[in-house]
Amino acid sequence: MEDTARVARVAKPGEILRPKKKLVRYLAAYLFSLPYIILMLAFGVGPAIYALIISFTSYKDGQPQYFGAGLSNYSKAVGDFRFGSAVGNIAQFLIISVPLGIAGVLAIALLLHARQGWYTDFLRTLYFVPGAVAGPTAILLAIFMFDPRLSPFAPILKSLGFQTIGDVARIQNLPVMITLIGFFGGAGGWIAIFYGALQSVSKELLEAALIDGCSAFQSAIRIKLPLISRYIIFMFILTFAGNIQLFAEPLILNNMVVGSTVAGPTYSPNMLSYFLAFSEGNFGTAAVISLLMVSVGLLGAFIIIYGTKFYQTDATSAS
Amino acid sequence: MNITQKSGLGYWWKGQQGQRRRSGLSLGGAIVRFIVLLLFALFFGLPLLWLLLAPTKNEDQLYNLGSISFGSWGRIGEAWNHLLGYNNAAIISWITNSIFYTLCSLVLSVIVVVPVGYVVATMRFPGRGLLLTLTLITMIVPSSALVLPLFLELSLVGLVDTPWAVILPAAFFPFGVYLAFIYYATSLPTDLLSAARVDGCNEWQLFRQIALPLALPLLGLLAFLSFNANWNNFFLPFVMLNQDSLYNLPVGLATLAANTPALHPAFAQVSSPMIKGDLALVGLIMSVPVAIVFIFSQRFIVSGSLAGSVKE
Repeated sequence: MEDTARVARVAKPGEILRPKKKLVRYLAAYLFSLPYIILMLAFGVGPAIYALIISFTSYKDGQPQYFGAGLSNYSKAVGDFRFGSAVGNIAQFLIISVPLGIAGVLAIALLLHARQGWYTDFLRTLYFVPGAVAGPTAILLAIFMFDPRLSPFAPILKSLGFQTIGDVARIQNLPVMITLIGFFGGAGGWIAIFYGALQSVSKELLEAALIDGCSAFQSAIRIKLPLISRYIIFMFILTFAGNIQLFAEPLILNNMVVGSTVAGPTYSPNMLSYFLAFSEGNFGTAAVISLLMVSVGLLGAFIIIYGTKFYQTDATSAS
Repeated sequence: MNITQKSGLGYWWKGQQGQRRRSGLSLGGAIVRFIVLLLFALFFGLPLLWLLLAPTKNEDQLYNLGSISFGSWGRIGEAWNHLLGYNNAAIISWITNSIFYTLCSLVLSVIVVVPVGYVVATMRFPGRGLLLTLTLITMIVPSSALVLPLFLELSLVGLVDTPWAVILPAAFFPFGVYLAFIYYATSLPTDLLSAARVDGCNEWQLFRQIALPLALPLLGLLAFLSFNANWNNFFLPFVMLNQDSLYNLPVGLATLAANTPALHPAFAQVSSPMIKGDLALVGLIMSVPVAIVFIFSQRFIVSGSLAGSVKE
């Protein structure tokens, strides 16, 4: 502080920023942002643009012929017999995982919020902790949990007619299995977010409803639910855009039975893209599928930024 | 009413009933609520308990001792020895790689993110809106969508199969920029900055002496979120790294599951005494540190991960 005191000078009232000073300040802003801008260009914007270029590129003896492919990579991607089944699989997974995930999270949050009790806080933490068991650990754990000979859930599995892991490890069971894995690791965070949103619902409103004879169930459905509806939209977009990127779960679940035959190598679009790039060296078609996945993410981002009030900033607000 | 004449239990029960009525729940409703929440507690809790106990059991105990039961402490040491025996103690390099990659990305991202958040929050300059909008977009688009395009790009510059292919992309942390922006926009009065400017502070001194000391709570949050995002990262290192000495723990664990006899004893690609409990130990090594942080900072994490996203 001594330094600043020594060089202090009196400001003229209403001092206008002189052009030179303005330039210095701009320069400072750009210098402060430079490392981040470089990272953003290299790892945020760059890959998407590069994938776009690759999608028009053909390869001759390993040498890229930029823009030599025209639209052929696109027609190859759409025409690939595995593309249709990957899209079908991911659609099936999304139809099951997104509504079930939202319904489950909502139900738990509303039940927890129905009454403050001694065990409510404990349960919220318990639901949250599995988030720490992420990635391959959760998937591997699921392989054990789906094995009727190992699992603490064996009575449920057996009552559903599954006697061995071979009975469970069928491709038609994957959407539900992956939904359960995602719910196990991801629900707690969303429950906490919804619970936080419920805490902001006016206490007076809820008390007034109670006096008017509103039951806990009615107040949950008629009052609380509409008041947190924008969080539901938020969760819908984020889980949709996230779940469509499915990759690790089917890949690792392939180890459930011998021979990598549960999901196969091209179950989801991202797996197909990976397979095309690494097993067939077909980067152009792989890039097309990746771009498709990026576009879904972009669409979700635009809806959240411009369509909801989440993550609103002065740069993006409509007013 | 004379409370002292009531037994403790009766008093407690009466209190519970009053509380229940105040929340508008019927007795039946309260019971249904309790049961449903309990079932969910089993859904979330039993797998955790199983994972915690699995390393203490050998293959026979795992199948025959009951799914929630304890084997022996000695088995944990045996599991660790099995892991050390795999591929010249590859597990040690996976652990050190995991720590090294995560810390490098964490330090880099925090160093990069805080100054940007600061200038975006406190200065107006051409391109600021674009920077902010691109940050929002890249933060919402799932990072896994960009993994394959990233691979194509990095193979062009020869970075594939080096630690940098994992560290550098993970150091790009747009959500961190957003958090830093919100933090400075709400906690740093611009009057303070103009006063210091008038006193002759240059832009670097402003940042170094005013903004940075204010950032301490922000740094904790950024560090935690970055750590959490990268510690369990699978897709990116899986695609970028070929040599198994470069793997991090998640990719290492997936490799163990696919190649050792642990899951399918008769069909292993490599000979190893690895069993299921050993894989569970790797899982625990990965998740216990994070779980401990989760338990003690739940509120902090949740409020942080949604900070500023809610505008009334």
